[in-house]
Amino acid sequence: MDKKRRDFLKVAGISTLAGLGGTAVVDKIVAGASPAVANASTAAHAEKDTAHAKAPVAATGKRYGMVIDVRKFQNDPSLGEKAERACIEAHNIPEFPEKKDEIKWIWMTNYENCFPEKSQLYKDETTESHQVPVFCNHCDDPPCVRACPTKATFKNKDGVVIMDFHRCIGCRFCMAACPYGMRSFNWRNPRPFIKETNKQFPTRMRGVVEKCNFCAERIGVGEQPACVEACGESKAMVFGDLNDPHSEVRKILKENYTIQRKPSLGTHPSVFYIV
Amino acid sequence: MFEKALKGNNYYWMWLAFLGFFIGIAVICYLRQYFYGLGLTGMSRDVSWGLYISQFTFLVGVAAGGVMLVLPYYIHNYKVFGRITILGEFLAIASLLMCLMFIMADLGQPLRGLNVLLYPTPNSMLFWDMCVLWGYLILNALCGWVILTAERKQVKPPKWIYFFVYLSIPFAISIHTVTAMLYCGLPGRHFWLSAIIAPRFLASAFAAGPALIVVLALILKRVANFDAGKEAINKMVTIIIYAALANMFFVGLEFFVGFYSNIPGHKHTLTYLFFGLEHHGHVYNNLVPYMWAFVALFLLGIGLISHPYTRKQSELWLGVGCASIFFSFWLDKGIGFVLGGFVPTPLEEIVEYYPTANELFITIGIWATGFFILTVLYKIAIGVEHEIEA
Repeated sequence: MDKKRRDFLKVAGISTLAGLGGTAVVDKIVAGASPAVANASTAAHAEKDTAHAKAPVAATGKRYGMVIDVRKFQNDPSLGEKAERACIEAHNIPEFPEKKDEIKWIWMTNYENCFPEKSQLYKDETTESHQVPVFCNHCDDPPCVRACPTKATFKNKDGVVIMDFHRCIGCRFCMAACPYGMRSFNWRNPRPFIKETNKQFPTRMRGVVEKCNFCAERIGVGEQPACVEACGESKAMVFGDLNDPHSEVRKILKENYTIQRKPSLGTHPSVFYIV
Repeated sequence: MFEKALKGNNYYWMWLAFLGFFIGIAVICYLRQYFYGLGLTGMSRDVSWGLYISQFTFLVGVAAGGVMLVLPYYIHNYKVFGRITILGEFLAIASLLMCLMFIMADLGQPLRGLNVLLYPTPNSMLFWDMCVLWGYLILNALCGWVILTAERKQVKPPKWIYFFVYLSIPFAISIHTVTAMLYCGLPGRHFWLSAIIAPRFLASAFAAGPALIVVLALILKRVANFDAGKEAINKMVTIIIYAALANMFFVGLEFFVGFYSNIPGHKHTLTYLFFGLEHHGHVYNNLVPYMWAFVALFLLGIGLISHPYTRKQSELWLGVGCASIFFSFWLDKGIGFVLGGFVPTPLEEIVEYYPTANELFITIGIWATGFFILTVLYKIAIGVEHEIEA
């Protein structure tokens, strides 16, 4: 009799524990399975799928994005250099003598490197000679955020994918996860290699990953990203809220045929290119 | 039981001193890396994981391989493995400790490692990898120690330990599955983005792990008067043969999918690894010799361990055969798989990786540390065996 009672208490105790603990764990997993913050969705989704969307994704929330007019970079080849310089100066990006240590947030590359899936045997002359700026796509479903084991990289409410340099452990999982190769690592102390330190933005230490942050520090105070500002009146780069149907980016997207980098991967980039 | 590791003949101490020498060098090299940063390695923004992570990946397999002894012994009551199951469990401990050291060596900010626990992130496979690796390490340490203690006292192991022994079996499968998921869930890395990665990892693990155990058992027979038994070795070799063949079958399937579908992304890395990849007039092929050595050593090894003469009559050739399989799969997974996956880069450029001397010495030193731990653990296990026999 006694033994049975003991057994009963054991079973009851364990099932209670499992009930309490188990659900908590499951909740945590379910909550964690979706990326850290997902308040914005693709512009197209927001309009079409609001009714069908699994989670009520805020069509009203901001989702920052950019449209690049590659033709304008073609017309004025100095624009690329200007945008790169502006970014380097705004974000204290070090310039190393060795390519192995290289850190870059935005740079110009060939059309075929930017869009490897769009190669063709006989390209037209402009496409062949196009230099295209590449930088973080601030994906709506970013693989880097999914991979990060510490939430050091996360998606902000306005759709911008940013880094917490103080939390990053430097495992570089995000670098393997980014299908666009847009992330850099501080292989050594970057500070001696910063030409002129901008006191408005933190410098980094060795051993952490970094990438374009859409100038979160500037757009937060109502300014344009540094690269957009550097392109000036040319409108080679236009920045704005993709979720706002009256924004300039949306207007441009409506009037032009644009392409994105590797759309087949389902990352939903927020950067569009007019070629 | 630790006192058993403190008594040994000259060869024992010389071997430990030999390993200690490499550990010492590695400590100095690691301090250099710690104060300078990972720039002392050959890694770059294009090949962002190098030898450390590739060794980690391979060693997870070696650790998981121990389950090929645990499973037949505890589930199927295959008594012949009784004497050597402890070798598998202790090998798993040493391998997992090496894995953890390689991870620490690879972190840019090792002091922040606990952030993985402080900010648990279930959508990251690295978080789960940490959970299963630590789980498997603790399970093996617990089971190995409790069962060895019982053996020493010549009593049956306590019943409760069997729960953990059985639990260690799915854990062994999970450590290598989750390690495969670090790679095969990444969009845009075509070589890794394949559902066969996890089965392939397991197959090569179930060959490489037992192959190392056979080699170790043959060495122990000579130097430590510990005989694993002919039947046990023979059965393990059978396991190795089937697992090794399964691995090669899976590699062959990767080739079929890539080259029959003719999709460039699926072919690039395989071409780079085995034939060299041409890009803007230059052929990049620094891993090609390793890959063909992988194939050659596999053929040599499988020949030696399959042929009745070398398998049953000659312990030397059997040892060479198993060592060939082990090195072959080390080249496959510990070199080719991880490093090859970064070629070409997402921007379709090719950057080749060459490890630096500093990085190589750290790698060698971590291996030496693992074998140091393994030697001590095996010394204890065999000391207990001898004590019972005496």
